[in-house]
Amino acid sequence: MKSGTPHEEISGIPHDAYEPKTPAEKWLESRLPIIGLLHTTLTIPTPKNLNWMWIWGVVLVFALVMQIVTGIVLVMHYQPGVDTAFASVEHIMRNVNAGWAFRYVHSNGASLFFVAVYAHIFRNLYYGGYKYPREVTWIIGMLIYLLMMATAFMGYVLPWGQMSFWGATVITGLFGAIPLIGDSIQTWLLGGPAVDNPTLTRFFSLHYLLPFMILGLTILHVWAFHHTGNNNPTGVEVRRTSKEEAERDTVPFWPYFVIKDLYALVFVLVIFAIIVGFMPNYLGHPDNYIEADALVTPAHIVPEWYFLPFYAILRAITFDILFIDSKLGGVIAMFGSILVMGAAPWLDTSRVRSGRYRPRFKIFFWLFVLAFFVLMWCGAMPPEQPFVIISQIATLYWFAYFLVVLPVLGLTEKPLPMPATIEEDFRRRHPDIKPAE
Amino acid sequence: MTIKKSILSALVAVGLALCGSQAEAEGEVTDFRFSFEGPFGAFDQAQLQRGLQVYTEVCAACHGLKYVPYRSLSEPGGPSLPEPQMRAYAAQFQVTDPATGETGPAQPTDHFGESNLDNAPDLSLMAKARAGFHGPYGTGLNQLFRGMGGPEYIASFLLGYTGEMEEQAGSVLFENTAFGGLVAMPPALTDGQVTYADGVEATTEQMALDVAAFLMWTAEPKMMARKHAGLTAVLFLILLAVLLYFTNKKLWSRVKGKGETAH
Repeated sequence: MKSGTPHEEISGIPHDAYEPKTPAEKWLESRLPIIGLLHTTLTIPTPKNLNWMWIWGVVLVFALVMQIVTGIVLVMHYQPGVDTAFASVEHIMRNVNAGWAFRYVHSNGASLFFVAVYAHIFRNLYYGGYKYPREVTWIIGMLIYLLMMATAFMGYVLPWGQMSFWGATVITGLFGAIPLIGDSIQTWLLGGPAVDNPTLTRFFSLHYLLPFMILGLTILHVWAFHHTGNNNPTGVEVRRTSKEEAERDTVPFWPYFVIKDLYALVFVLVIFAIIVGFMPNYLGHPDNYIEADALVTPAHIVPEWYFLPFYAILRAITFDILFIDSKLGGVIAMFGSILVMGAAPWLDTSRVRSGRYRPRFKIFFWLFVLAFFVLMWCGAMPPEQPFVIISQIATLYWFAYFLVVLPVLGLTEKPLPMPATIEEDFRRRHPDIKPAE
Repeated sequence: MTIKKSILSALVAVGLALCGSQAEAEGEVTDFRFSFEGPFGAFDQAQLQRGLQVYTEVCAACHGLKYVPYRSLSEPGGPSLPEPQMRAYAAQFQVTDPATGETGPAQPTDHFGESNLDNAPDLSLMAKARAGFHGPYGTGLNQLFRGMGGPEYIASFLLGYTGEMEEQAGSVLFENTAFGGLVAMPPALTDGQVTYADGVEATTEQMALDVAAFLMWTAEPKMMARKHAGLTAVLFLILLAVLLYFTNKKLWSRVKGKGETAH
């Protein structure tokens, strides 16, 4: 195998490199090797044992593109401004051709995006996708997730309904909890002393900008894992010693995973179409169909479902810790909960990547998933007992999972025997395959 | 594997239960059946026309519909008034052109008026703003078949007066079971208050249901187009999923050693 051109080295897995054939291809390839790059990206050797939890990446790329396309159309008709925003959304819903479709796809698209990102994150937590050598992919993923949350939050403010206004008031108020500089930061974020026109217009501007930053990070994210190669359900690396061995562990991305991912994507879109077509307000909040009113506070200020776990963590800190008051403590806990997740590659001491071969880990992992959903439930409930104590226990477990379970379990747990190769695992699961010659 | 699956399904159930529990109304709302519930439900054109009449003769005394243009009364999927009738309806109302200051009969492109009273909310979106009745199961998922609950709330509200009154700070408040307390709006409907052109008897309940259906249309005028597009999309995507299922199966059969061997 020749070396020296980047596309041949991608993932380090030996495979046939792209050879330009026609004079035109050769002419372009010697000046800009873009066909080779696309070819290598599309035919990258991919572990043949990837299961159905490896479909979410494609769903996420689709959701990002869908949100950008529908968002650009909505911007053509939306008018940011406290006197115009709400009415312009109604204009979109009533007078713009298919405006209702663009808006409902966009607002429910945010939920699709978060369903996919949570499944994607949990899959990597289970199969150890964050571990060596994929730490940078994980960190970029966490940054994308943070940007997604910022984008979704600011997008929810734009219709300028009651929940837009009061959600923005509560969330920007969190920054006011920071000692000394908190008030100044809050004023700077809002563009004034309270949520008002300057807040709306800057959120609009950033809501347009951040998705393109997400797009850029997504390219880095894909580049990073194409460089290291995909993880897979066994956590065993693809053999790179020879092309023959590599080919017994992998199949090319095109057509095998393109078709599989498309099938899964369309399946997910059936459910999405049912929600958009028949119950498009199911995931929204009725109060957001009332125009923002600074004088009327809604009875329950509840964020969108995808923020509920972190909202519950925020509210779980009801006590002062030394000089840190409960409000600041809640803000620290909320951001800390994502920070410890980002640090998972360095907190997890186990050399075994996949949870499939870690019997004890499995129990703690599923408890972690349970804690996530329990927090989501508590986030939707009023801040009273027993929900406060339940959120506190679940919050404690969230931090314990990363700070105690992952470091200790890796040292004490005895893992199950693992297959030597991906091929071995794949043959065990598909007994119809004829023995190798 | 089975444990994992049962845990997963339990988690999904918890997740779905959230949406129902976060929007519980305090008052009592009756789960009326409307023709437009469910994926195949459609507005009843005659009911929307009756509801328009109730709105015009009763509600409009105080409440507005500022987001609704008169022309939409003739558009498909709504009351579908014949165009001359819609023009005549609009022309009953006087509007002032903000540019010239001239007052004249409303054109089809003009909107219904705003509320006449400060404390009477605009009703354009009320059926969506008061949604949240999720039926008996608490998951909210039955919205798919039973509707989002806004018109149920409106009808229950109009029928929810107990007759109890209380004077507070100089104004009379009325007890309402759907509101779950005292409300400033007096009971609006009495039997036979309007005379329906189509001969339907104007009982209080009939008028409440008709105007609730009409207000669902004002809140979601494109509901019929949405359900048609949704059905088309779902059927098309299912067909595509089936084709991709077989494509995928055939493609992978070689890798998984099933069916015919490699060419």
